[in-house]
Amino acid sequence: MTSLALKKSPRVPARTGRPAPELIFGDLWEFDPAPESADPKLKARYDLFIDGKFVAPKSGKYFPSINPANEQKLTDIALAGREDVDAAYAAAQRAFENVWGKMPGRERAKYLYRIARLLQDRAREFAVAETLDGGKPIKEARDFDVPMAAAHFFYHAGWADKLEYVAPGRRVAPLGVVGQVIPWNFPLLMLAWKLAPALALGNTVVLKPAETTSITCLKFAEILQDAGLPPGVVNFVTGAGDVGAAVINHPTPAKIAFTGSTEVGKIIMRSLAGTEKKMTLELGGKAANVVFDDAPLDQAVEGIVNGIFFNQGHVCCAGSRLLVHEPVAEAVLTKLKNRIRVLRVGDPMDKNTDIGAINSRSQLEKIHELVESGTKEGAEIFQPGGKLPAKGFYFRPTIFSGVSMSHRIAREEIFGPVLSILTFRTVDEAIEKANNTAYGLSAGVWTDKGSRILKLSVELKAGVIWANTFNKFDPASPFGGYKESGFGREGGRQGLLDYAKLV
Amino acid sequence: MTRLPITKTPKPYVGGAFIRSESGRTYPLQDRTGNFFANIPQCTRKDLRNAVEAAAKAGPGWARRTAYNRGQILYRLGEMLEARRQEMINVLAQFGSKSAAAAKEVDVTIDRIVYYAGWADKYEQVLGNVNPVASPHFNFTVTEPMGIIGVIAPDSPALLGLMSLVAPAIVSGNTVVAMASEASPYPAVLFGEMLATSDLPGGVVNILTGYRSELVPTFSTHTHLRGVSAAVGPEDRKALRLGAAESVKRVQFSDTKGDAWLEDSAQSVYAIRDFIEFKTIWHPIGA
Repeated sequence: MTSLALKKSPRVPARTGRPAPELIFGDLWEFDPAPESADPKLKARYDLFIDGKFVAPKSGKYFPSINPANEQKLTDIALAGREDVDAAYAAAQRAFENVWGKMPGRERAKYLYRIARLLQDRAREFAVAETLDGGKPIKEARDFDVPMAAAHFFYHAGWADKLEYVAPGRRVAPLGVVGQVIPWNFPLLMLAWKLAPALALGNTVVLKPAETTSITCLKFAEILQDAGLPPGVVNFVTGAGDVGAAVINHPTPAKIAFTGSTEVGKIIMRSLAGTEKKMTLELGGKAANVVFDDAPLDQAVEGIVNGIFFNQGHVCCAGSRLLVHEPVAEAVLTKLKNRIRVLRVGDPMDKNTDIGAINSRSQLEKIHELVESGTKEGAEIFQPGGKLPAKGFYFRPTIFSGVSMSHRIAREEIFGPVLSILTFRTVDEAIEKANNTAYGLSAGVWTDKGSRILKLSVELKAGVIWANTFNKFDPASPFGGYKESGFGREGGRQGLLDYAKLV
Repeated sequence: MTRLPITKTPKPYVGGAFIRSESGRTYPLQDRTGNFFANIPQCTRKDLRNAVEAAAKAGPGWARRTAYNRGQILYRLGEMLEARRQEMINVLAQFGSKSAAAAKEVDVTIDRIVYYAGWADKYEQVLGNVNPVASPHFNFTVTEPMGIIGVIAPDSPALLGLMSLVAPAIVSGNTVVAMASEASPYPAVLFGEMLATSDLPGGVVNILTGYRSELVPTFSTHTHLRGVSAAVGPEDRKALRLGAAESVKRVQFSDTKGDAWLEDSAQSVYAIRDFIEFKTIWHPIGA
């Protein structure tokens, strides 16, 4: 029992005068590895998916996709050029006019149901592929990304033949061909968020995944083939930002849907100025997570940890600014430090890993840069010890206390496992600080007082409010931002209408 | 000897007051027969910024009113226009409308205001909902106003076009800075007098007159305008969208033209939807 340290609790119960015991494991023990071993069934090389077939890029060029956990190459991905994007849009246009756009909703629905089922069948294989490609812990890919992606298809399938209920008083029609560009943080899930509502409405799609995470997208093409989805309804073109620009600026699409950084969102808005294209943008965030002194602190600490360390903090709605009520600030900080001491950072394929690999070297450098700015600007840093793997991109869970609103780490989206802690004294101060940002994607509030939850829910200017919980998602629940976090919603009835026109 | 009538000095309605442009600039307006009618203030980007400030002050109070109260105030606005119906018809006719068309425009405007007044305590029930999530959470989606909306009215119909864009924006609790028809600004000026007597708090609707080309750049780039609702041509559309990118501003363009403004299809709960934000709230269900 000597390896268990008895730590004095910060909240000494006044009645007994005795410290509440807490177990602190720290890095005293080495855990045995518990690797997931399912076969991700990767091909040596992935082609573009255009008109229902895998086709080589016209240029013949491929780029490597690496595993960020060990920097080893996983496969080669086709590099799409302008002609390939043209071909994808031509296929999508034909499929819209000849098949998908005029197919009865109940038939479209059955394709989407099939897709959901086929993805469920291969869930473990996809989870492993997702973790290898993106670096997220296998427990998250397995328990969140893949099942949630399947759920999105299942949910939207049922809408396809009920579209008269989407917009009461009006009839809806598909927009036509839609161009979609998705990020690297939830590759398969973002694909599902984009494809499912677009297809349910009768649109056809050209989608570009992020260049560091294209594998599950291209594996998903196999599912589309197995489901017998008519050729051209969904087309995948792979590559970096220039391919994304070609997808966005192509004359064919009636709408562009983008999830990514606010910086790129603004570029897209400018490049679409003067066109008739519709847009939905799901951009960055700097969410406030507000903890009041009457909150259940242990639950709040779990929520804070989930809010910022889920998916290495590569989450646009991450609770990256913790606002703590002054009376409990000390206690929360101590509990948080104790909690993150036992988070396990390392091999994403290990079933016990809490924080996996940072998605890419460039993202890791960005996190380092912002964390250095935090220290330089005078915030107090805390990082637990422990060994990190020798190869691959890793970053320890990091907490900054003593942060002020002017610090870069309180204003800029870090997109990593880095939490900035600020304090407040009054409800008004909490609201003022929470809303003092150009973003408005999500916010959290922790309190036992119902009326305060409802007040904060009104006053916090964000598209999603998590009260006494954080980072919860559902296909039936609309998601999207206020202000510079973008516009339009994904999920629910509200998200569907963003893929329709009123007639 | 005939009595010389008193002519009215046209003044835009901003922040609950009738103002002149800070620049002191005006331009002469002729009526349909080509006779001098009055000097119209040529508002500047500074006037626009002042109007945005007035709208910002009025915003939180207006948004906090109950939906029932906002509905009654909009209805009251309809009453004000109905009471001065003939005066407005005469003004529209004075600037080019045939009198039957002018009467029709005023009547549809009144009915449209009443239409949106009725939506005040209903659109939430049509656009929002409770969501059946697959976890033990109570999850619901409500609507909130965006904030301050810039409105750029079409040249014609001068009154109906303006109100068709303003009414759906303010019914949800937004405040508005509107640019009147450039070709025919006086109906909007007269309408300002009705706004002033309608119980609508000062600053909720602000109306500027002047040249569109001078004000569009500020409408597009002013970061406190969270949305723009405009009935404008291709060049202004491009300019508005370019400037909007800087603050990820929501921009909606109206494609309604000519007599289509009179149709029922020019009004809809979806015009309200264009300038609200959806907010989804989660809470665990448990002990």
